[in-house]
Amino acid sequence: MSGTTPGEREAAVLERIEVFRRRRSRFTDDVVTLAHGAGGKASNALIEAVFVEAFANDTLIAQDDGACLVLPSGEHLVFTTDSFVVKPLRFPGGSIGHLAVHGTVNDLVVMGARPAWLSAAFVLEEGFAVDELRAIVADMATAATAAGVKIVTGDTKVVNRGAADGLYVTTTGIGLVPAGRDLGTEHIRPGDCILISGTIADHGMAVMLARGDLALEAELRSDTAPLGELVELLLEAAPSVRWMRDPTRGGLGTVCNELAKATNLAVVLDESLLPIDPAVNGACDLLGIDPLYVANEGKLVAVVAAEEADVALAALRGHPLGADATRIGEIRDDPPSVVVLLTSFGGTRIVDMLVGDPLPRIC
Amino acid sequence: MAVVERRRVRVTGTVQGVGFRPFVYRIAVALGLSGYVRNDSAGVLIEVQGCAEEIAELCRQLIDSPPPLARVTELATTQVPPSTWPDGFIILDSDEAGAPDAAVSVDTATCADCLIEIDDPANRRFGYAFTNCTNCGPRYTIVVAVPYDRPATTMAGFTMCRACQREYDDPADRRFHAQPNACPSCGPSLTYCDPSGAALAHRTDALDASVAALAAGAILAVKGVGGFHLAVDATQPRAVSELRRRKARDDKPFAVMVADMTMARALVQIEDKAAQTVLSSPARPIVIAPRRVGEAPITSGGAPSPIIAPAVAPGLPELGLMLPYSPLHHLLLARMRRPIVMTSGNLSDDPIAYTDDDAIARLGPLVDGILTHDRPIHIRCDDSVVRASGGCTQVLRRSRGFAPEPMRLPFDARRQVLAVGAELKNTVSVAKGRSVVASHHIGDLEHLSTYQSFEEALRHLCALFGVVPEIVAHDLHPEYLSTKLAVELDLPARAIQHHHAHVASCLVDHQRTEPVLGVAFDGLGLGPDGTLWGGEFLVADLSGFERVGHLAPVPLPGGTAAIREPWRMAVSWANHSSGRDAARALGARFDHRADAVVSLLAAASTPQTTSVGRLFDAVSAVIVGRRQVSYEGQAAIELEALARATPIGQAPAYPVDLGWVGGTLVVDPGPLVAAVLAGRASMTAGRASMTADDPAASVLAAAFHESIGRATAQAAASLARAHGLDTVALTGGVFQNARLTEVVAAGLTSEGLSVLLHRHVPPNDGGISIGQAAIAAYGD
Repeated sequence: MSGTTPGEREAAVLERIEVFRRRRSRFTDDVVTLAHGAGGKASNALIEAVFVEAFANDTLIAQDDGACLVLPSGEHLVFTTDSFVVKPLRFPGGSIGHLAVHGTVNDLVVMGARPAWLSAAFVLEEGFAVDELRAIVADMATAATAAGVKIVTGDTKVVNRGAADGLYVTTTGIGLVPAGRDLGTEHIRPGDCILISGTIADHGMAVMLARGDLALEAELRSDTAPLGELVELLLEAAPSVRWMRDPTRGGLGTVCNELAKATNLAVVLDESLLPIDPAVNGACDLLGIDPLYVANEGKLVAVVAAEEADVALAALRGHPLGADATRIGEIRDDPPSVVVLLTSFGGTRIVDMLVGDPLPRIC
Repeated sequence: MAVVERRRVRVTGTVQGVGFRPFVYRIAVALGLSGYVRNDSAGVLIEVQGCAEEIAELCRQLIDSPPPLARVTELATTQVPPSTWPDGFIILDSDEAGAPDAAVSVDTATCADCLIEIDDPANRRFGYAFTNCTNCGPRYTIVVAVPYDRPATTMAGFTMCRACQREYDDPADRRFHAQPNACPSCGPSLTYCDPSGAALAHRTDALDASVAALAAGAILAVKGVGGFHLAVDATQPRAVSELRRRKARDDKPFAVMVADMTMARALVQIEDKAAQTVLSSPARPIVIAPRRVGEAPITSGGAPSPIIAPAVAPGLPELGLMLPYSPLHHLLLARMRRPIVMTSGNLSDDPIAYTDDDAIARLGPLVDGILTHDRPIHIRCDDSVVRASGGCTQVLRRSRGFAPEPMRLPFDARRQVLAVGAELKNTVSVAKGRSVVASHHIGDLEHLSTYQSFEEALRHLCALFGVVPEIVAHDLHPEYLSTKLAVELDLPARAIQHHHAHVASCLVDHQRTEPVLGVAFDGLGLGPDGTLWGGEFLVADLSGFERVGHLAPVPLPGGTAAIREPWRMAVSWANHSSGRDAARALGARFDHRADAVVSLLAAASTPQTTSVGRLFDAVSAVIVGRRQVSYEGQAAIELEALARATPIGQAPAYPVDLGWVGGTLVVDPGPLVAAVLAGRASMTAGRASMTADDPAASVLAAAFHESIGRATAQAAASLARAHGLDTVALTGGVFQNARLTEVVAAGLTSEGLSVLLHRHVPPNDGGISIGQAAIAAYGD
C-alpha cells in the first residue's frame, strides 16, 4: 500500500477490507475435523478448496443444493445427491430411511423441480441386523410413495465391523422443472419478505434427545417430511416467489447467511416472529443451543415479493405441513451480506455463519 | 561573534493539538531565533537559525517543560544550511504530505482557565457549554483525519467569528490553533428536545429546561463528548428505579457524576492521593471506590451530604463516580447541586448512541427529554473506568481520556501490526516502532452497530497513526467475530492464545520482555487443546508460552447457558467435589430440570473448562443463591461484596489439592467446594438465599477467597521456583477482584517473588488487543 495522503491510505485500507469480504475462505487445515461437516464456514472452505477446486465447472460453482441442468430438448432438470449418517438411526418422528428420501426430495423441490427418480446406495457395517435394515428400507419405500418419487437404482457395500456406524445411506435424485419456473437469488430485491413454513429446530433437537444420554423428559418429534405438495401450493398462489431453501444442517441461521452472501443484501430476522415449539425452545435453553443453527428436515424458507406475502402465507397454511407458516423477516439494502436479528430488547444482533459447531465465545 | 547555524528539529509524540507550536514560537522569539515551526504527519517539525547555545536551550526547554498535554517521545536534530527565510520566527500551516505518525491526542477535561471564563459574567464565553482551548476540550472524538486541523474535525462546519479567529491566529493566545475553538456567537449550541426530537428550547434556555426536568425526576438523554448519557437525579429513588426499568438494566451499577471533590468525598472513601489524582485527572474516568459507610460527613457548605438512591448500585459496597469533564457537565452540575446518574446512553447492553438520529430512535422511547448539541461526534467513546482501592488504581476500561494515547513497547516492533482483540469488551490496537496504540472501548461485537464501529476503528486507527499492517493478530477462538474478520484479511494472520495475550498485556504494562510466570484467571478463552481455558499458569514472555499448571477441568453444562446461569456451574463443581447426588440436590434448589443438567455433565458434547471465573460463579451460586446473572461478572462481584464484612485473614482457609499430572500442576478446589457446600448447608437449613447482613455467609465467602487465593499463591510460587522465575504476573478479568488479588499478591510477596499487577492496561478482555499486538510485533 503506497498511498501518500491520509485519505488515500484510509481508502486503501478500506478497499483491502472489502476485498477480503469478497474472497473465499482460506483453507489451511491439514486433516479433516468434525467442524468440516458442521455445515458452516469450515465446510464451505473444504468444499471450495478441495472439491470445487478440482471439479471446477459453471454448474458446480453455482453451489446450490442441486445442479440445474438443461437437456438438449430444452427441458430443465435438477440433479442432487446427499448422504445420511444420523445417530440414532430411529428417532421420534422418523428414521434415517425417511430422512434419506425427504432430504433429497426436498433439495429438488426447493429448486422448483418435481421429483421423478431416486437412487439409493447403502454402506452396511458387518453385523447389522437385517430386521433393522428391512424396517429402514420400508420407511424409504413409504416415504418415496408419499413423495411421488420412484427409487429406480441402487448399490450395496458391506464394510468390516467398526469401519462404519451401522448404516449409511446416499440418495441421488432427479426432478424436472416445469416450463416457466425461474427461481434464484438473483431475483431477490430489498423489501421482499422472508417466510418459513413452520417451527424451527424440531429435527435437530429431537435427534439430540433421542440419543438418550440426557435426563430430559420432552416429547420432541423430528419434522422430517416431503415438501413437494407445499411447494406446488406456494408457487401456484404466489408466482413471485423468488427463491426457496430447506434449512437442514446448520439451520435457519446458516441458510440466511448463504442468502445474504449470494445477494449482497441484508437478511433481517425478527426474533419475536421466529416460530418455535415451547418444548424445543426449553431443550435449546437447557443445552445452551441457539435454535437458529439447529437442523430442520421438513421446513422451507421462501423469499417472496412483499405484496404477495399474504397470499403466499395463506397458501402455506392451507397445507398441514405449513400450518404454522409465518413471516419472519425481510430483505434490506443495509448492512450488505449480513444477517441480523432484531431482538426482543430492541437490539440488533449479528447472526453470523459459524465456523464449526457452536462453542461458547462469551467470557 | 557567535557562529550562526541552522538546525532542523523533529519532535515526535503527542505534540499536535496541545499548544505545541505556540509554545515553540514563544521560546524561539524570546531566544531571538529565526525559523519556523509546523505540524506534519510525523509530529512537529522546527527549523531554527541562530547561535548554537540558543538552539540547544530551545531543545532543552522542549524536553524539560513541554505544554501540559504534550508528550515528547523523541527529539532529533540535524544541521541544515542557513537560509535568509523567514525573517524572524513564524508558525506555518500543517503539511498534508508524509506518513501520519503524529499521535492524535485524547479528549481532555475542561481546564481551570476555561472554567474561570465560563463562570465570569463579563466574559464572552460566560455559561458557554463548548468552551475549550489548546489545553483542554474534545480531540479524538472529533478527529476525522490527520493532520489534526479544523477542516479534518467535526468542527469543520463552524466558521469562526472574528474574535475567535483572532485568538486562533495569535501565537501568544491560549487558543492559538485550538481546532475546536468556539464561542456563543459562532460555535455549537445546545438544544433541548422532546423524546421525538422536536426542539423545545435553545442555548441557556435548553440548559435551564434540562435542569428543571432533572430536578423534577425526569430521565434525559444528554449528548456529551463521546456519546449520549442517560441522566437522572441520583438522589431520587423513584426516578432511578424508573431509569432501570426503562433501560432494561436489572442490577448493573450506574455511574454517578458529582460536582466536585467535596461531593465525591461525601459519598466514597477516596482519602488516598492516587484515587483523588485519577478522579480529577484530565482523563476524568469513572472511579470505582468504596462507599462511605455510617454517618455521612457534612459537606463544606454545611448542607447535609446527598443520599444516593439504593437503585444506583444495588447491594454493592462500591460506587462509580466521575467529575464533570465538559463545560456542559459543569454547567449542569452547578445548577443541580447534587449528584446525577450519568449512565451509558443505550438500552440494556447495546452500544451507546452518539448521533442525534440514533439517540432519537433508540433513546427517545426511554427518556422524557433530550439535551443535545450540533457538534457531531465522529468516534463513539465510552467513559473510562478505573478502580481505586488500597492506594492503587487500575484501569478497567481504557477509553475516553486515555485512548488513543500511545503506550510504549518494551522493544522495537519488528513489523507493523494490526490486532483485532477479543469478542467481548473489544478494543483493537496497532503497533509500530516503539509504540502500541489501543483504540477506545468498542464493546461486544455481536451487536451490529458495535461490529460496525469495530470495522471503522480498524481503519481509523491505521489511518490516524499511519500504520500499514504487515500482519494481523487475532484470538485463537475461530468463532469470535474479530477472528473471522482477521482471517479473511489479505494479510498474514497470527492466532494468539487468549491467556498468552493477557500475560503479554501485563508485560507491556510493566515494560518487560523477560519471561514471567503468568497467572491468567478469567471467564473463558479457547485453549489449543480445544477446551475452554480460564485458570492458567503459563511460563510466558512475548515470544511464546508453556502451560505449566491449570485449574482442574470440569464440564460447562449447557455451554453459554452455564455462563448466564451460575447455578449450573455450582452443579458441575458439586458433582466434581461431592458426587452426583450432591449435584442433584443442589441443582434441585434452583431448577426443576436440574437432573437434566446433571446428565449433561457426562455428555460428549459438553465442553470442559478450567475457568476460575466459572468457579467463582459456582461458589457465588451456592452462597449467594442467585440463579441467573444479568451482567458479566455479577456473581463474582456479589460474592466479593458479601465477603467484605469479614476482614482479610479473619476467615478459615479450606484445603485445595495441588497435584502433578505429567509435569503440569493441577489446582483442584474440590475439597474447598465440598467445605463451602457443607458450610452453606449447616448455616441455612431451608432458607433460599442469604444476604450481606448474614455474618456466617460473609465468613464463608471470605473463606473461599482466602482459600483459593492462598492455593493460587502456593501453586504460582512453586511453579515459579521450578522454572527459575522471580516474577509473577496476575492477569485476566478475575483479578479485578481486589480481595483475591490482595491475598494472592501477599502470598507471593511473602515467598520473595515480585508481583506484576495491571495498572494502565485493563486486566480484562479490553487489554487483549494490546497483548496480541505486542506478541505479533515482537515476532518469532
